[in-house]
Amino acid sequence: MTQTTTAHAAVTQPAVTQPAMAQAPARPGALLRVEHLVQRYRARGAVVHAVSDVSFDLLPGECLGLVGESGCGKSTTGRAILQLPRPTAGRVVLDGEDLCALDRRRLRHRRHRLQMIFQDPVAALNPRRRVRDLVVEGLDIQRQLPGGERAARADALLRDVGLDPELVGDRRPHELSGGQCQRVAIARALAVGPDVLVCDEPVASLDVSVQAQVLTLLARLRAEHRLALLFVAHDLAVVRAVVDRVAVMYLGTIAEIGPVDAVYDTPAHPYTRALLDAVPVPDPAVDPEQAPSLTGELPSPLAPPSGCPFRTRCPRAADRCAAERPLPRAVGPDHHVACHFPLVDPLPDSTSGDGSHEDGFGRPAGAGERAGRDRA
Amino acid sequence: MAALADTAVVGASAPPGEPLLRVSGLTVDIPTPRGPLRALDDVSFELAPHRTLGLVGESGSGKSMLVRTIMGISPARSTVTGSVRFDGVELTSLPRRAARSYWGRRIAMVFQDPTTSLNPVLTVGRQLTEATRAHLGLGRARATERAVELLDLVSIPEPRRRLRQYPHELSGGMRQRVTIAMALACDPDLLIADEATTALDVTVQKQILDLIAGIQRERGLALILVSHDLGVVAGRTDDIAVLYGGRVAERASTRVLFAGHRHPYSQALLAAVPRLDRPAGAAPRTIPGTPPDLVLAPPGCRFAPRCPSAEDDCHRAAPAPRPGADPTHAYACLHPIPTTKAERR
Repeated sequence: MTQTTTAHAAVTQPAVTQPAMAQAPARPGALLRVEHLVQRYRARGAVVHAVSDVSFDLLPGECLGLVGESGCGKSTTGRAILQLPRPTAGRVVLDGEDLCALDRRRLRHRRHRLQMIFQDPVAALNPRRRVRDLVVEGLDIQRQLPGGERAARADALLRDVGLDPELVGDRRPHELSGGQCQRVAIARALAVGPDVLVCDEPVASLDVSVQAQVLTLLARLRAEHRLALLFVAHDLAVVRAVVDRVAVMYLGTIAEIGPVDAVYDTPAHPYTRALLDAVPVPDPAVDPEQAPSLTGELPSPLAPPSGCPFRTRCPRAADRCAAERPLPRAVGPDHHVACHFPLVDPLPDSTSGDGSHEDGFGRPAGAGERAGRDRA
Repeated sequence: MAALADTAVVGASAPPGEPLLRVSGLTVDIPTPRGPLRALDDVSFELAPHRTLGLVGESGSGKSMLVRTIMGISPARSTVTGSVRFDGVELTSLPRRAARSYWGRRIAMVFQDPTTSLNPVLTVGRQLTEATRAHLGLGRARATERAVELLDLVSIPEPRRRLRQYPHELSGGMRQRVTIAMALACDPDLLIADEATTALDVTVQKQILDLIAGIQRERGLALILVSHDLGVVAGRTDDIAVLYGGRVAERASTRVLFAGHRHPYSQALLAAVPRLDRPAGAAPRTIPGTPPDLVLAPPGCRFAPRCPSAEDDCHRAAPAPRPGADPTHAYACLHPIPTTKAERR
């Protein structure tokens, strides 16, 4: 993946040219707030705009889905929250503390609160270690447990994710199925008692029957441990089954964010509509060729289009879309869309106006662009 | 595509009533250190010209092994028994040389990963002309013209420029269009798409599947659509065969399979599919247990260890296919899901 190979070349200076954008108002009681997150990489003399000004928040125990096509920046966003690597600009505020501002040592002491699981569970586990050791590795780093307590803790964690410690505890990852490996990865993440679990395509490599098992497990653990989940996935149907809220990403920006039922049933962004239309329906009575197809290809993140990133493929695009970047506007309770011509009428008292007068900070549109990032 | 017609091999010439493809009793054993792995076990089905068959199943169900065996690319050292008849000709016993006029020519395949099925050091043009020059004996200039037509057929813009490009210069969707163009180069009668859109984004997947459907209609191909995704096959196939553990668990017309399936595995698979139209929080149903180990597998139904309606007799012998009420329907289950309408046969 691009983001891992170029991770070392992450651009670390603050973004001064990035236009400040309005964001949906933060909800009270948020556990995690991501504000104006920007991630750029240098690659062969060019700059990859992987994530451009993304903001959202997560309540304790809430599950937010990040969906979009390959290259939309959803995985990069998930990793940037864990400071893997540190974002180019923006804030990641966990319980009032900005992780981006912490030095390495202090960040390490927060690591246990944010954990992550990955798409390929077999590759995510050290093939030379036994399951029991893999599960408690995080605890070992945190503090030394006496041998008996350590083993008991490992067994309890394995049972918690539906594995029999007697059966799998002494095995190595290659002796397990993909679904079992993902369970081990989940147990390993839970070992340190996180508040937030970032799941990067956790079921994409699993068969549908095993997929359902892992999704059910995540739902149960989330309820039992009051875990907040950031669920990164390309499969919109899977996302619907697990999340409370969903953010649709396109070319490094959030096109639409809101409660999953609202976004899926009344999508406001033409891109959300196109994505939903493309999902194959397991019903022979539905003719898939009737749904309109999205034309064209994803623009290069090396040179994103001006204005709205989706305008080059959008059926509703007009001159204004090339000139002005659309700001998020409310179209329903906690439901925001960044589009000049949304499919759902914006609420009259939309927090950021209709996007042409104010940018949500009470300044005229474009002021942020001229002034640079006020925070930096 | 009149220009393509003159180079076409003779079209499907099977006598009326004879299917284009008839697979019967196909069994494939692969030696492993632990013993033989029975990848396919007594698989039978038929495919008529111009029809589309969906092959669904999970990893290890044998769906890829089945189409690879039809294509003559079963793994080395594997033992193939049973019959694959294509247009009246038995392919399994055909001499390698004679089989070449079928594989890649009248039966063509598109694979899951366009990155690995294209040669990274050869231009698109070179790879697109290879088959037509070898199989149809076209000269370089004629083959190049044909390649341009093919890229046009799969809706690749600026085909002449693309011919000089290398696979890494194309996006994933474009690469898969190129492999489809390669498969269509010799105007096949049967196209096999083995998880051809699994690696692609959902919007690109739809473009590619619509493209294949359009080409199929235009050229009258028979199509085998292999997918783990029931959503992909639901609206795009005439018939579906559900594979489990190397056996056909159930086959029927697509409509009957979705509405009146009798095999508990078909039911479990359908219930496990996450659906867009299901309200949030309504998690898909899980299938307990894990797919079967096909090395030294016990006798009996492969699904029995995970089956909610399994009884003692399920573990004794493999159930033979039983006909359903619909003439297209057959299922291999001793204790099928009851139908609402009384089924007496």
